[in-house]
Amino acid sequence: MLDELTAALAGILPADSVITDPVRLRTYECDGLTYHRATPGVVVLPETAEQVAAVVRLCREAGVPFVARGSGTGLSGGALPREDGVLIVTSKMRRILEIDLPDRRAVVEPGVTNLAITEAVRDQGYYYAPDPSSQQICSIGGNVAENSGGAHCLKYGFTVNHVEACEIVTPDGDLVTLDRMDPGYDLLGAFVGSEGTLGIATKITVRLSRAPEAVTTVLAAFESIERGGEAVSAIIGAGIVPAAIEMMDALAIEAAEAAVACDYPRGAGAVLIVELDGPAQEVERQFAQLREICSGAFELRVAAGAEERAAIWKGRKSAFAAVGRISPAYIVQDGVVPRTALPRVLAEIDRLSAEHGIRVANVFHAGDGNLHPLVLFDDAEPGAGERAETVSGAILDLCIAHGGSITGEHGVGVDKAKHMPRMFSPDDLDTMQLVRCAFDPAGLSNPGKVFPTPRLCGEVPGVRKGAHPLVESGKAEQF
Amino acid sequence: MLETGVTVRDPGPDDAVLGMLPRRVALPESVEEVAEVLRACARDDLAVVPVGGGTKLHWGPPPERFDVLLDLCCLNRVVEHAAGDLVVRAQAGVTMGALAGALAAEGQELALDAPFPDATVGGTLATAVAGPRAFRYGTARDLLIGVTVVLADGTVARSGGKVVKNVAGYDLGKLFTGSHGTLGVIAEAAFRLHPLPADRRWIVAVADPPGMAERGPCRVRELAATLAASQAEPSAVELDWPHGQGPIWMSVLVEGAAAAQRAEALAALMGDALRSVRAEPPPQWGAIVRDEVLAEVRFRPSRLTGVLDAVHYSGFSLRGSAVSGRMWLELWDDPGEDKTVTALRGLRERLTALGARMTVLATPYEGVDRWGEVSSLPLMRRVKEQFDPGRRMSPGRFAGGL
Repeated sequence: MLDELTAALAGILPADSVITDPVRLRTYECDGLTYHRATPGVVVLPETAEQVAAVVRLCREAGVPFVARGSGTGLSGGALPREDGVLIVTSKMRRILEIDLPDRRAVVEPGVTNLAITEAVRDQGYYYAPDPSSQQICSIGGNVAENSGGAHCLKYGFTVNHVEACEIVTPDGDLVTLDRMDPGYDLLGAFVGSEGTLGIATKITVRLSRAPEAVTTVLAAFESIERGGEAVSAIIGAGIVPAAIEMMDALAIEAAEAAVACDYPRGAGAVLIVELDGPAQEVERQFAQLREICSGAFELRVAAGAEERAAIWKGRKSAFAAVGRISPAYIVQDGVVPRTALPRVLAEIDRLSAEHGIRVANVFHAGDGNLHPLVLFDDAEPGAGERAETVSGAILDLCIAHGGSITGEHGVGVDKAKHMPRMFSPDDLDTMQLVRCAFDPAGLSNPGKVFPTPRLCGEVPGVRKGAHPLVESGKAEQF
Repeated sequence: MLETGVTVRDPGPDDAVLGMLPRRVALPESVEEVAEVLRACARDDLAVVPVGGGTKLHWGPPPERFDVLLDLCCLNRVVEHAAGDLVVRAQAGVTMGALAGALAAEGQELALDAPFPDATVGGTLATAVAGPRAFRYGTARDLLIGVTVVLADGTVARSGGKVVKNVAGYDLGKLFTGSHGTLGVIAEAAFRLHPLPADRRWIVAVADPPGMAERGPCRVRELAATLAASQAEPSAVELDWPHGQGPIWMSVLVEGAAAAQRAEALAALMGDALRSVRAEPPPQWGAIVRDEVLAEVRFRPSRLTGVLDAVHYSGFSLRGSAVSGRMWLELWDDPGEDKTVTALRGLRERLTALGARMTVLATPYEGVDRWGEVSSLPLMRRVKEQFDPGRRMSPGRFAGGL
């Protein structure tokens, strides 16, 4: 079936836009979550929205699943291909179509990188606010699919708060524009963060933000995580909403030091990075408050300019990759707890770590309770990988038990679909599935992601009333 | 009918929706009771219209059929205010005014301006109304982090949660925001909060309307653009243009630390416009003054002059945000059906030509095209069919008869 489809795809796309060579196909076998791999059946690189729509229509007619992929930096396997399907890569769609500063918006194709938008308007004093740490390479289409965040979303929100409109190709192959200006159901809001299961964004209108007048970045070193945590509570309690509040524990600092020699204060049990931004007079006052709040820190550094700010951020931004210096293998976890539960959850992570003999380095967005524990293990040691998996899974359980979430910004993808029933009831999941059925009744758009074995569209929970019409007609299979 | 353990009563004149009376009014006191009522309605195929404060119940067309008014007034608990987490969970029937009071006690606020203080959390979400500070804080959907909804068959479903950062699963809250009661009942919502600003200042200025050529071109757009781009970061820039003629009032809100100094800096940017800086809001700040005939205009801020031109002498008053491109058109002196229908048609033509969108939220007149063209309507229709296949939830109250 795929051979016929491949021939049809070759008929509608430029010659170099259809990849079938097994060696080249393998370069697309995973995204940033490398331990899930599948060689795609065929890869296409469309150049226009119309080509994406035509590809999707062919897939629909053939009943073949399709998966969209941007830069492949996702950390939950959301762009994991299907061996029996088509991988639609947006890397040839990287034009910035329009920049409209009076209306603070830019219209871009999905393959444009996150940072490219900021670079295009920075000189005029504007920027695109969401800043995932992969922003140099990750695509805006992928950001839309994952509702990406970043260090500064504490104050400025996520991708969904900065997207004004999306032209999408629906799983039926229709081009439809979802616009914040439209009355009625907020389909745009539902689409952003749907991880490619409701269609493919082909044109994205993002909101541009005005650069703040002043930015003050502070690094505070504390003897312990607890003392750092108290400072975070005091900042929020004082009515300050910093652009970012980041925290790293001793092990994460050690790793960053080994990797990039970030020169954080020696002997710190925790470092806190706080960035204040906004009107100069406001930042000045908040900084005075912050200095007082951080009086328990044994060292306080204030960045005097862009260079020193970059130096402070260097350790934090390198943290994920840096743990490679202190551990042969590691799992990057992404969970959320209510911010006030952080001290208890961190203590429990410590306990888990000791119990299983698995080290955990903690890096987190402390302002919004988004944890990124790095679970370290030696993959050469028998059983270590399994123990690390156990610890990693138990951390998610902790997040759920404290009223949090199994993912704050990396997405569910293929990685955490199995955890969804621990966070949501069958009724919750079935209700979400209604949205899927409205957009994608045949279940061909990125199947197998987000939801564990969803029921078929039209199927009544608990009571099976004969075969689904799509199964009967051969358009879908039950899995 | 409606044999459940839930309190029901016979309808009175206040329970009418655009002149239609329900057969029963149900008064659930818990999410489970909402589910019980909807299950009973499903059993007997009864059509339901949910209502909170009733402030916008006359918005939208009348329901196709109407058996039960689901009055959420008794579902009015603030379930949890986690001040340290800047999060609140509230039941749908809590009024925005009561919620603001509870949050202010802890020095916090939901930065969502409701045009009517008696409006409830549920009604505010269902109608997706926005106020002046949407420019800074976004609209209801941007502040909503979790929701509990009850579907037409009585299924209770949650999405999101009570943490600000959360990307697990589909965001049903966004889907229900603006759903006008047609997908199900919003029973509970969780929001992210903000600290109450340390200080607030309003700059009130008056500017010339368009077409006063002898006094120079209309500077309103230019002023709004200057304010929007200012790094003094105003929270809102509102226009108020009574009857669409005469001078245009502009009010700028500055919030937070050093608000007074920042307001002075902004006022200086406003050149020769007559202005004053004050610590109290101008009259009717963020309010909807009259809504017998009410439309909402959405537009790109750079098209403001065109919008003003379209509204000039239309008989409509224009109020709302010059910088987020979202304004109310209010008819204060109704000239009757024919003239209103013609005026609205003319407005839509001119606004559509600017790339703007006009939605008529309230009108007593059937001849009015309320929604205009909605390109995603076919997808919305499919969502409706999935969520409410029996067409029992506020049937016919949204675009395309949804």
